[in-house]
Amino acid sequence: MPNHSYPYQLQPRKVRAEFVRLFPISLFVVAFGTAFGLAAIQSGLAPLEAILMSTTVFAGASQFAALELWGKEVPILPLVAVVFAINSRHLLMGASLYPMLKDVSPGKRYSLLLLLTDANWAVSAQEYQNGRRNLEVILGGGLVLWLAWIFGTWLGVYFGGLLQNPKNLGLDMVLGCFLLSMALGGKKSPRVLVSWAVAAVASLAAWKWLPPNTHVVTGALAGGLIGYFWLDKKPAGQASQEAEQS
Amino acid sequence: MTITATELGVVLLIAIMTVVTLLTRFGGVFAMSFVRISPRIESFINTMASSVLIAIIVPMAFSGDAGAIAALSVTAVTMLLLQKPLPAIAAGIASAALVRYLF
Repeated sequence: MPNHSYPYQLQPRKVRAEFVRLFPISLFVVAFGTAFGLAAIQSGLAPLEAILMSTTVFAGASQFAALELWGKEVPILPLVAVVFAINSRHLLMGASLYPMLKDVSPGKRYSLLLLLTDANWAVSAQEYQNGRRNLEVILGGGLVLWLAWIFGTWLGVYFGGLLQNPKNLGLDMVLGCFLLSMALGGKKSPRVLVSWAVAAVASLAAWKWLPPNTHVVTGALAGGLIGYFWLDKKPAGQASQEAEQS
Repeated sequence: MTITATELGVVLLIAIMTVVTLLTRFGGVFAMSFVRISPRIESFINTMASSVLIAIIVPMAFSGDAGAIAALSVTAVTMLLLQKPLPAIAAGIASAALVRYLF
């Protein structure tokens, strides 16, 4: 049985600091949300419906994908499938925070997960790799990102015309650039570099040959297998055969 | 099976999306609560975590236009040189905008 003491104490001051820290990136999220709000209106959602969706779903890529299915009649199973496939990366993201999340009570743990999204997860996971435990960024950073997403959607719904083509401003690349900068921070061991190469090849193969939107999970699991078979203390030779299999 | 996009229908559809997304947010952590965190699992989790980033970015670069590729390469170079995320992201986005404006 797990013991029921939860040593991780969330520090309110650090939560506020992380809110401020992710504020700049949340400005980009506002722009992304504006694009979503505009697209939602154009797909036939009412303003309040678009805002409701952003508030409760809070997962941009899957919301855009849902709009593709929108019409007078919306098919349920394809909607569930596409939303699940795109958001299935959350399963792995959540799992990767488990070593920290197990140290807060279940109530807090699942409340924090309500705010789990790419940007705040990337910060937390990256700091964990470098030996720092930071769940405060999930809460503080998640809050600012969530508010930015809702505010952006609201802007797009009512003033979407101001941002007709966000691609021209490079705004579609915000998340990609952010995640890339997170990945490249800090020192990388050979083990990590090998797992990246495997993840890159596996995700490309999945993107080409597997059903749509499965490439993130496929690539991440393939990279994870390298870690599973190649522990830091063990000799490097074990990884190569695993790279073949995945 | 379809749901008609009346007012009630849309709320129902949004509720479905919300539940599915919540399951993905909760599911990984819930599953992990049955797993004993051995050094091997810890190692799996850690390489998987940074592989998530790679598995998002690499196909994005391969499927993207010249602007996307410019954004990602400029971000990478700036980040490796400065080790500061915000300038790297800003430079990346600006170069996507510039490339798309020029070509």
